[in-house]
Amino acid sequence: MRPRSAVWLALGWVGFALLPWFAGSGTQPELAPPSPGPAGSALIDGLTNGRWWLLPAALPLILALVATALPRLHARQPAILLASGAFGLAWTAAQGFAIGLNGWAWGWLGALFGPLPLGQGGFGAGAALTALSFLFLMTNGFAGLGFMKGDRFTAGAIGLVLAAIAAFVFLPVGYVLSGAGDTGTGAFSAAALWSRLTAPDIWRLSCLTEAKACGVVWNSVFLAVMTGIATTLLGLAFALVAVRTGFRAKKLLRVLTVLPIITPPFVISLAVILLFGRNGTVTLVLADWFGIPVSRWIYGLPGVLLTQTLAFTPISFLVMIGVVQGIGPSLEEAAQTLRASRWVTFRTVTWPLMRPGVANAFLISFIESLADFGNPLILGGNFEVLSTKIYFAVVGAQNDPGRAAALGIILLCMCLGAFWVQRQWLGKKSYATVGGKGDNGIPSQLPRGIKIAAYATALPWAAFTFVLYGLILFGGFTENWGRNNSLTLRHYLAAFDLSWGPGGLIWSGRAWGSLFTTLEVAALSAPLTAAVGLLTAYLLVRQRFKGQGAFEFLTMLSFAIPGTVIGISYILAFNQPPIELTGTVTILIVCFVFRNMPVSIRAGVAAMSQIDRSLDECSLTLGAGSVQTIRRVILPLLRPAIVASLVYSFVRAITSISAVIFLVSPKYELATAYIVGRVEQGDFGLAIAYSSALIVLMSIVIALIQLLVGERRIGRRTATPVTLQEKPV
Amino acid sequence: MSIASKPAGVEFRNVSRRYGNTAAVDNVSFTIDQGTLVTLLGPSGCGKTTTLRMIAGLEMASSGTILIGGKDVTRLSATDRNVTMVFQSYALFPHMSVADNVAYGLVVSGVRKRDAAAKAAEGLELVGLGGYGQRLPSELSGGQQQRVAVARALVLEPEVLLFDEPLSNLDAKLRRKMRDDIRELQQKLGLTSVYVTHDQEEALAVSDRIIVMNRSVIAQTGTPDELYRRPKNRFVADFIGGANLIDGELVGRSGGMATVALGRMTLSVPDPGLPAGEVLLAVRPNAIRLRTVSAGESGGDGIPVTVRKATYLGSHMEYGLVSEFGDLFVVDPNVANPVPAGASALATFTGDGIAAVAR
Repeated sequence: MRPRSAVWLALGWVGFALLPWFAGSGTQPELAPPSPGPAGSALIDGLTNGRWWLLPAALPLILALVATALPRLHARQPAILLASGAFGLAWTAAQGFAIGLNGWAWGWLGALFGPLPLGQGGFGAGAALTALSFLFLMTNGFAGLGFMKGDRFTAGAIGLVLAAIAAFVFLPVGYVLSGAGDTGTGAFSAAALWSRLTAPDIWRLSCLTEAKACGVVWNSVFLAVMTGIATTLLGLAFALVAVRTGFRAKKLLRVLTVLPIITPPFVISLAVILLFGRNGTVTLVLADWFGIPVSRWIYGLPGVLLTQTLAFTPISFLVMIGVVQGIGPSLEEAAQTLRASRWVTFRTVTWPLMRPGVANAFLISFIESLADFGNPLILGGNFEVLSTKIYFAVVGAQNDPGRAAALGIILLCMCLGAFWVQRQWLGKKSYATVGGKGDNGIPSQLPRGIKIAAYATALPWAAFTFVLYGLILFGGFTENWGRNNSLTLRHYLAAFDLSWGPGGLIWSGRAWGSLFTTLEVAALSAPLTAAVGLLTAYLLVRQRFKGQGAFEFLTMLSFAIPGTVIGISYILAFNQPPIELTGTVTILIVCFVFRNMPVSIRAGVAAMSQIDRSLDECSLTLGAGSVQTIRRVILPLLRPAIVASLVYSFVRAITSISAVIFLVSPKYELATAYIVGRVEQGDFGLAIAYSSALIVLMSIVIALIQLLVGERRIGRRTATPVTLQEKPV
Repeated sequence: MSIASKPAGVEFRNVSRRYGNTAAVDNVSFTIDQGTLVTLLGPSGCGKTTTLRMIAGLEMASSGTILIGGKDVTRLSATDRNVTMVFQSYALFPHMSVADNVAYGLVVSGVRKRDAAAKAAEGLELVGLGGYGQRLPSELSGGQQQRVAVARALVLEPEVLLFDEPLSNLDAKLRRKMRDDIRELQQKLGLTSVYVTHDQEEALAVSDRIIVMNRSVIAQTGTPDELYRRPKNRFVADFIGGANLIDGELVGRSGGMATVALGRMTLSVPDPGLPAGEVLLAVRPNAIRLRTVSAGESGGDGIPVTVRKATYLGSHMEYGLVSEFGDLFVVDPNVANPVPAGASALATFTGDGIAAVAR
């Protein structure tokens, strides 16, 4: 145990005594600025600049040093490490939160201890390293006391994941809760919270009695229910066609399932505008041929419902395909041998077995619709939903973070409620009818009526979807859609122009900046996401420890938190010390890592459960440690899952909008936020050109990766494609 | 360089392993001498695998002390113990060649690549798989995979070599051969081995000593011969070799033998050290002989039985009998003159193969 504890101890000293404790940038006040380099370290700063509260962090470091250095104390070393790590961590966090930019962060502390002459900025490299060192000293202490089978790596990994989730999921959500009760002066008041949560424009039901708009919650719920029903029915129809009919172009249907991965969520809205907007093709045709007046009907509930149904049907399709495939054909054959007709079989066997899956698909679409941001933003018009209202409460003229936080709480509760129902209630109710035994049955054909209904629903809808994607790819080449349909490269040139200047190649197109930032952020966040996700999956599948169920729930929770809530919570939490990240590229990366982690976890869990546990146990008995076992045995076998999480995180980082639109800054603009900005300016040509470029780019990325992974596949161990498809919005 | 062995003894002192309120292993103590092969035998769920995994360090004892080679290893992780294991599923790494699998433990403990490869080749030679190094595990048969797993565990020269039901995935014929090979290798290298199985015949065949476990505790420890001939309790008597359990009464003892009354008969059995009174007689199936009753004959020195079932098995007959002591199961080598089902017969007890245990 000694060497590794010593390494972390040394790093703790480096962070404490050598590295600058505070971050150098951001909104750091000019009063007594900490010096850069070693002079700005906690040790020097605390001794010379009067920030005495930094010095007690040395105490646990000294204690740990003594325990490590003196042989006499070796028997007690784990306990000492545990205590000093815990104290150090607690002290670092406490002083960070208690003392802000201008002295005490909370008034009552000032009243208690007297005012402080100076404040402090956000944590920098030194503070981060020291805190990490405390964390690992603590977990090493735990391991030394015999927890986690004495495995330091496991203990450390659990500590790290928990700390990261606490800092980047729970802390921000906590800020939302307290922000919603902010009275405007930084104080918390339950009355303010209550009045914000019960504001009439959220809950009123006036649309039932008079011709006024209903509260935004009812709008959201109504939209989500409608979307849920529509996508579930469509998804079921698609699944039945794909699995239970002799339909020939099944591959084409499979393409449908890839689309939502590579499409930024609001792109469907753009395509719908091209068809049904005021200058849309259909609108103009109807006006020319039938004299139907041009209207803005698409902006509002109909438009959002249409686009969400288009956007989420593929997800529902994926869920339903699993459900329909999961029904053992022999059950239906058994029913038929017992003299049930096809229709009776469907009604009495097939449908009851599918029912929990149908409910599951509905709930997933319900959550997706609630959380969706891009489509209501572009097509909502006067129809407000929670996610857009949160956005406008922050960025609009209102600029009322407290209100945004209150709306965020409501949205969060609804999503978590649906998530909880999905996991608790449906999780227990599903009938897994495919067992380990072979099932030699042949899926029975659908009853005629259902078959016709499925075809009649699925095929036109699929055709419609493909038309829309065609329009997107084509729309970027027209001068001004609907008014002037002459072909041009103008929009592409505006976005992606290159020219030669005196200094060589100039990226003169307007989109390059955001595209490069996007690629950079995506490329940085993808490996981190995969690493954190797979590490968590390893802990969940391969280790047994107390509270594992709670641990799993916590890690999956960020999946259910809507992007807009994450966005608003990150703004509230990371705009001030001790963790000050707004305006940096770090906040974008962190956001993506924790948004996309659950999918990475699921891919890892699915793949890891297929690898026999005795392989790692064997490696352990052969003298390899946890780290070596992971590197030499588990990782090589997990390669497909790793690639899957990498691709997914990369692509999701490029296409997501809801959370990051709050977090982008002029310096770090992302592609999706830029496109939405263009749309709001009415610059459709560029927006569509940029979107189609993104779609093409990501199709190429996915195709390339598929090609590479396809060759390296080992045996039967492949990441299930389903895990790729679940996406937070 | 050659594969040596550094055998060490294993000692459990009051070791328990609890999961919540249930104890998988409950206050177990035993000693395994160095250089011997000891089998942990018992029905599934008796705690034998948990015990084995605690020797390996894959499970941590909830209480008690585990010593290997006299050193306290209770809190050491599997990585830090010099113990290797042959897994039931072989656990060969599917992405490595056979040679890389065998060299794995050497490589991760820092042995130079070339030395590791040389030693791995030697290990493969030892188990009769020289020249198979470059294959993938999936290209080998079950028995060959088993040998690779053994070689991989051997090349580390462990203090203790563990076998977790190593033969359960092999067919019957191969199982017999493999168990002989394992025993031979163990004796040749003088390894300390702990072997887990639920197959009592396998346990009798390979072990120096057997630890019989039942319901998280040790039922009896002894050599195969002791366990078979002098079972200490009903469970061991029944589990090893199978036995007809008949109520009897211990009426006297002399010279290491005890007299047990069975109905109106008396039998002489090895003294179980029990107080006089009610005991249970464990009668091995082959300790009963069957004789057809000629007309008019009555009683004599046997008990009258009716043959309920007679099964011909080539080398012997198996009979199910109905008697005044309940149903009896008999294995009789006399296949030339079998007693047909439904016939009445006399059953006599031969001297050996009967033991008294507590009721």
